[in-house]
Amino acid sequence: MSTLTELEEACPSRVRQGRGLDSIDGVTPGLVASPLGTGEVAAVMRVASSAGLSVVARGAGTKLDWGNPPASADLMVDLSRMSRVIEHEAGDLVARVEAGTSLAQLTEVLGSKGQRFPVDEVVAGSTVGGVVSTGLSGPLRYMYGAVRDLVLGITVVRADGVVAHAGSKVVKNVAGYDLAKLFTGSYGTLGIVTELALKLKPVPVARSFVVAAFPSPRDLTPFLSALLSCQAAPTAIEIERTAPSLPVQMSVLIEGRPRSVELRAAEVATLLGGGEPFVTPPPGWGQLPGPVTLKLTAVLSAVPSLVEQASSIALKLGLPARVTGSAGTGVLFMGLPDRVPPVVLAALVADLRAVCDDLGGHAVVLRAAAALKSQLDPWGPVPGIDLMRRIKESFDPDRRLAPGRFIGGI
Amino acid sequence: MKTFRTGRRAHKAGPKTRAGEAIDLLAPIVGRDAIICDPVELATYECDGLTHFRVRPALAVLVGSSHDVEAVVGTCARLALPFVARGAGTGLSGGAVPDSEGVLLVTSRMRAVLSVQANNQRAVVEPGVTNLEVSKAALPHGLFYAPDPSSQQVCSIGGNVAENSGGAHCLKYGFTTNHVTELEVVTPDGATVKLGGMVGETPGYDLVGAFVGSEGTLGVATKVTVRLLRLPAAVQTVLAAFSDTDSAGRAVSAIIAAGLVPAAIEMMDALAISAAEKAVHCGYPKGAGAVLIVELDGPLAEVEESLLDVNHHCLEQGAFEMRLAVDDADRARIWRGRKSAFAAMGHLSSSYIVQDGVVPRTALPQVLRDIAKLSEETGIRVANVFHAGDGNLHPLVLFDERVAGEEARAEQLSAQILDLCIAHGGSITGEHGVGLDKLTAMSKMFSEDDLATMQLLKAAFDPHRICNPGKAVPTPRLCGEPPRPRRGTQPLQEQGLAELF
Repeated sequence: MSTLTELEEACPSRVRQGRGLDSIDGVTPGLVASPLGTGEVAAVMRVASSAGLSVVARGAGTKLDWGNPPASADLMVDLSRMSRVIEHEAGDLVARVEAGTSLAQLTEVLGSKGQRFPVDEVVAGSTVGGVVSTGLSGPLRYMYGAVRDLVLGITVVRADGVVAHAGSKVVKNVAGYDLAKLFTGSYGTLGIVTELALKLKPVPVARSFVVAAFPSPRDLTPFLSALLSCQAAPTAIEIERTAPSLPVQMSVLIEGRPRSVELRAAEVATLLGGGEPFVTPPPGWGQLPGPVTLKLTAVLSAVPSLVEQASSIALKLGLPARVTGSAGTGVLFMGLPDRVPPVVLAALVADLRAVCDDLGGHAVVLRAAAALKSQLDPWGPVPGIDLMRRIKESFDPDRRLAPGRFIGGI
Repeated sequence: MKTFRTGRRAHKAGPKTRAGEAIDLLAPIVGRDAIICDPVELATYECDGLTHFRVRPALAVLVGSSHDVEAVVGTCARLALPFVARGAGTGLSGGAVPDSEGVLLVTSRMRAVLSVQANNQRAVVEPGVTNLEVSKAALPHGLFYAPDPSSQQVCSIGGNVAENSGGAHCLKYGFTTNHVTELEVVTPDGATVKLGGMVGETPGYDLVGAFVGSEGTLGVATKVTVRLLRLPAAVQTVLAAFSDTDSAGRAVSAIIAAGLVPAAIEMMDALAISAAEKAVHCGYPKGAGAVLIVELDGPLAEVEESLLDVNHHCLEQGAFEMRLAVDDADRARIWRGRKSAFAAMGHLSSSYIVQDGVVPRTALPQVLRDIAKLSEETGIRVANVFHAGDGNLHPLVLFDERVAGEEARAEQLSAQILDLCIAHGGSITGEHGVGLDKLTAMSKMFSEDDLATMQLLKAAFDPHRICNPGKAVPTPRLCGEPPRPRRGTQPLQEQGLAELF
């Protein structure tokens, strides 16, 4: 029996040849299977295992050009049909969803009960599986933590087709290894995430944005420090510099009960010397800059310095860089036009890596077309890489899952 | 596994000699006085907070630095000797029970707070530092370390990392895993590796996330970087008395469903209250069948308004008395009953088992009724003291070991409570860990495939299975034997006929 026939049996009437539109950063998959449910994913993966196929998973396909292009993609496992909210028990503040559920759909379902999964949709159209696999979050991470802090349980299908669960659907659980953390941000290199149990939060009754502008990143320092030690308990502290020599804008989100939000927003406005608070988010709030996107991190106290140095490096190379991100967590992003020459991008990344390293963080190229990444390593060096290789070897000994896409060529 | 056995057989001499060899190799590095091999002195280290599992290690080393840890682990790797790390020994699942042939690595001398970086909201500490010392070091800067297990005065950060400790306030603030950003770890091959970073998000696999809560089975943490938070502007604590646990449980659900996020919601039932009254005279409302302690913290206006709502929901669900702590001393009085509850059980019963299980919050009233029913059927009393806000039960199963068969029945009831937790989609442990104590229950909560997948992680860190072997995640052991806790050494192992891996 041919591999195609076997796949068709595993995933009835949902297997087809790959097309240009399915391309993963320039690599067109040989076949595309769209299974329905964890069981079918497992059946598909068993066939892929016995046939030795390389496999790349896709949710909505919004981040397929992140990381390195895969070395090969014989089969794409498309999870877009797996988009059910399996369970939402409002009293438990927990939801179980299939990985292909879009953040937008989830927001709608949870919103009807006054709850939310506090992870911003920083890339429009993202699925829950996609943000978990890339560990991607936005402004709300300041208050609620990163994606990894909000995944309680996980169901995965391993490279050999075995289905495994870790964690649970309760908020407190220390039984067994926390594989949900390991899989969050693993870019599909350890297994295919099919279902997730998520920690939810209530939607606050009121919110308010306080916006203030500062001539340069240096001017930001005392205000940022005052904001971090004030008692207004902001939900998010974001900054944005739209071009290297323009002023820096800081936007602070305050959420809670109406009277308290009013008082706290006034406190922050006074502290920042800003104007009247807004009810609606400032333009660009929580959106990744692009089309080429870099992630730059630094310890909290070095955020102004990172913005300053990143701006001057971009200016030196003549790049119209936009820097945004969470000043309250030290996670920033830089957006660049896609016409930047590969050599210039490589030079920029090398300089930014030196700066970030100096400031206790890292510089990673999140998103860029394959051609742009030809002269650089999108991930850069990281401690613990040997252990990461051993983990990959243990979970996927034949290197068939998204081969080469992740850090260190994993 | 195979390599390990081969390694062992290469050393023809018995295990004691290998331990002797380890002493010779380590003495010049860690100092002879840091090595304990006298059986009487070693008795101190036979068990952790769960005292019925007792194993005497071949030797214990009181490590004083990362360098010492590297030397001990490296030596163990070379000699294929198992090792177990121990912090303050307060664990409640036997996770720090030594291996009879191996080395116990005691981190209590590694007690330096290396730095408090207020402007970065981080502290870097050695593993032997107690949980409370971290918050104390942060206090002058207006910061605190959020995870606060009940044993925080004595338990160590290294142990907290191993167990992913929570505490009463984890309802709002999360667990150790949410507050550790970077670790320096000695892996089971003796290499020192940095995991994570000062910033919470580091490229690559989340090795910090994988390590925290791994119960010391993946390596030994030698430096821990934790997040520090701003101390809240306001704290309000209220005690609500109900006639029964059902109405108290409904109040918990109502508070959560209303979108309130208290820092803590704790519950005690009538039996637990009576024990606490006897022990510390906490003066809880008379006739209460259950009390809730609800603590709110945050910005003043937010706390004040939330407090009104909490009062409303409690009263609506039948609370017959509400007491608000007027100051810190008053707050301490309210908490005293709750915090003394475990120890207070001595006033009710000669012995008791502390169980730790989790159910979805909405299942609390049902599960409490089921536990009461089990208690009635068996005549074994169960007191409930627990973190109601996150569904983490701590039933205290009381027994008298002088009554024939009562201990066994208590153990059985305690196991049945975990079955209830699993049946409701919950967990067999919310904070005490699996250790040796709950290996059997692991096989009920997880499938063989789940457990085998967890072992893939273990294999990547510790291919020769020398790092706290046989804990946390059950492995196929002696052929045909179901995974279960062991007490002392196994006869086959003692005779050198089989190994426990």
